[in-house]
Amino acid sequence: MNEILAQVFQVGFFAALIRIATPLVFGTIGELFAERSGVLNLGIEGTMMLSAMTGFSTAYFTGSLWLGILAAMATGILAGLLMALLTVSLGLSQHVSGIGTTLLCSGLSFFFYRLIFGQPSSIPNIKPFDVVPIPGLSAIPVIGPILFDQFALVYLAMAIVPLSAWVLYRTPWGLNLRTVGENPDAAYSAGVSVTAMRYQALMIAGALMGLAGAFLSMAQFNAYTFGVISGRGWVCIALIVFGQWSPWKSAAGALLFAFIDALQLRLQASSIINVPYEVFLMMPFVFTIVGMALVSRNARAPDALLKPFRKEER
Amino acid sequence: MIALRLEPREHTPVWLNMLLPLLAVLATLVICSGLIKLAGASVMAAYAKLFLSALSTRFNLVETAVKATPLVFTGLAVTVAFRAKFWNIGAEGQLLAGAMAAAFIGARQGLPAWSLVPAMIAGGAAAGALWAVVPAALKTRYKVDDVVTTLLLNFVIFYGMMALLDGPWKDPLSGYPDSPDIRMAAEFPILLKATRLHLGVLIAALCTPLVWLLMSKTTLGFSITAVGENPRAASYAGMSISGVILLSALISGALAGLAGASEVGGLHFQVMAGISPGYGYTGIVIAMLARLNPLGVIPAAFFFAVIITGAEAMSRATGVPVFLADVIQGTALVTMLIALLFNQYRVRLRRVSHE
Repeated sequence: MNEILAQVFQVGFFAALIRIATPLVFGTIGELFAERSGVLNLGIEGTMMLSAMTGFSTAYFTGSLWLGILAAMATGILAGLLMALLTVSLGLSQHVSGIGTTLLCSGLSFFFYRLIFGQPSSIPNIKPFDVVPIPGLSAIPVIGPILFDQFALVYLAMAIVPLSAWVLYRTPWGLNLRTVGENPDAAYSAGVSVTAMRYQALMIAGALMGLAGAFLSMAQFNAYTFGVISGRGWVCIALIVFGQWSPWKSAAGALLFAFIDALQLRLQASSIINVPYEVFLMMPFVFTIVGMALVSRNARAPDALLKPFRKEER
Repeated sequence: MIALRLEPREHTPVWLNMLLPLLAVLATLVICSGLIKLAGASVMAAYAKLFLSALSTRFNLVETAVKATPLVFTGLAVTVAFRAKFWNIGAEGQLLAGAMAAAFIGARQGLPAWSLVPAMIAGGAAAGALWAVVPAALKTRYKVDDVVTTLLLNFVIFYGMMALLDGPWKDPLSGYPDSPDIRMAAEFPILLKATRLHLGVLIAALCTPLVWLLMSKTTLGFSITAVGENPRAASYAGMSISGVILLSALISGALAGLAGASEVGGLHFQVMAGISPGYGYTGIVIAMLARLNPLGVIPAAFFFAVIITGAEAMSRATGVPVFLADVIQGTALVTMLIALLFNQYRVRLRRVSHE
């Protein structure tokens, strides 16, 4: 047992944990904006797929990783606009709209990837993002290499949690957004446009989901594959329930998930426990379900979540 | 300025009910023709290949029916669940559960030969039902969101299956991740000589009217719809919401499990990684196109079976990526959802003046 612990819990393990948590933080905070405005965005998985593809392809052809990031965010915003059109303007079922968006976006990502790259014998790849050590801070023992010797996008993810908490709880815009998600009638009476707020929320959500997808195909890995997201979008939705719709708690959930994911990766690599590696791949999903079961009874979703808002029917 | 206004409809004319899915499909094909153009192919040639290759010969027609079979099962599974607003996005996982159970039972040497096929069918349905009851129980007991759990459970059982294929079920000689073949006596009987039309196709065809009877002629079917449409009223009427949701999950899971059993017993005779290329997710599109009417599932499933079979031929002939089939599925779900608006609302154009 001690041998396992010594093998697993090294500085490298925690640095990997932070990297695994990064796309989850982007996705979770993005989804949080959508849900706090009253829209469950089940398009997240497909949005991440498509953004991972467009980001990667843009970087592949332009040679600029940051242009790739922009393309991925633009893709995410477009997918968010589709979701907004369906659920906000047309007031359609959020569940089915989200599944439709995911099926459509993942279909498009397969289609265009094949159209652009054909079926080459080796997977096209790019030179992914490099780590950017922060001078001074990265030299701190233990904490330095874990937190301050990472990709630029990791620092962005670290900043986005407090930033989103500030925007949601400390700004008038955030107050409006939360009111639209809790009590759209009241927001409407106070002169807030429910439609505009939800469109904005879904666009921000899409941009962040785009970042999440791009991180996977351009930083964590150096290529786009059909399995690049493999359920991480769905996990983000679970993390919000687990985090009770709070940015801080949801980000903590992302760290917890990343801990289990990093752990299973280490256990896969170490030959101490001899079972097929797929058993370890299963672990994070099982833990996520158990985690949701533990908190769901007390979790309270935004009141207007899943409910379309129509002025005429007030 | 002209404004678009939606006015609630009192009731929907029958012709509109039939027309909506056709309109949605038509809109989908128009939208997707843009992608064919982008791929540099002729729209007409590509669609001709996509639709006609699956229907061209008697043999291909039978093959399309075989391809439609798992889709009929998953379409019915989603229909029953969605009627109760039990958001079962897990037909994919329940299918895998049924396939694994059938492959396990079909390979047992100890069982008498005559019992194998019925045991596989029953076992597949039971395994699917059991896998669907997990999220339903989590929903009714712990209020855990069913969409997320059914989705996550798809990954759990997929990796579980891969672990079996990579461990105890791995072929010791070739090392391939294929489960051991089921016994000869466990293979579903073939109904039409020199084709692959197997017993599963017949079961799917029989299940459709049965599910229709269940949903429209029985108290349980009525309760399922009532709980889906208005849980509070259903509860006042003395129905147990949890009980009805659990039952709908059992039926839904069993149907999806049958899809897996039928694929193993009638087609593949073993389980392998690619046993379901997303049949469970296609089932959602099919159920929505069928407007959650079990009888509509067969034409919708057949339509997607045609596309899935035809996509390969289209890709070979015109170079349009085979994944056009996936885009069509996603687009069809979105356009159908929009088409349903015409069902609930009348669209009125009105002249409005600015004050």
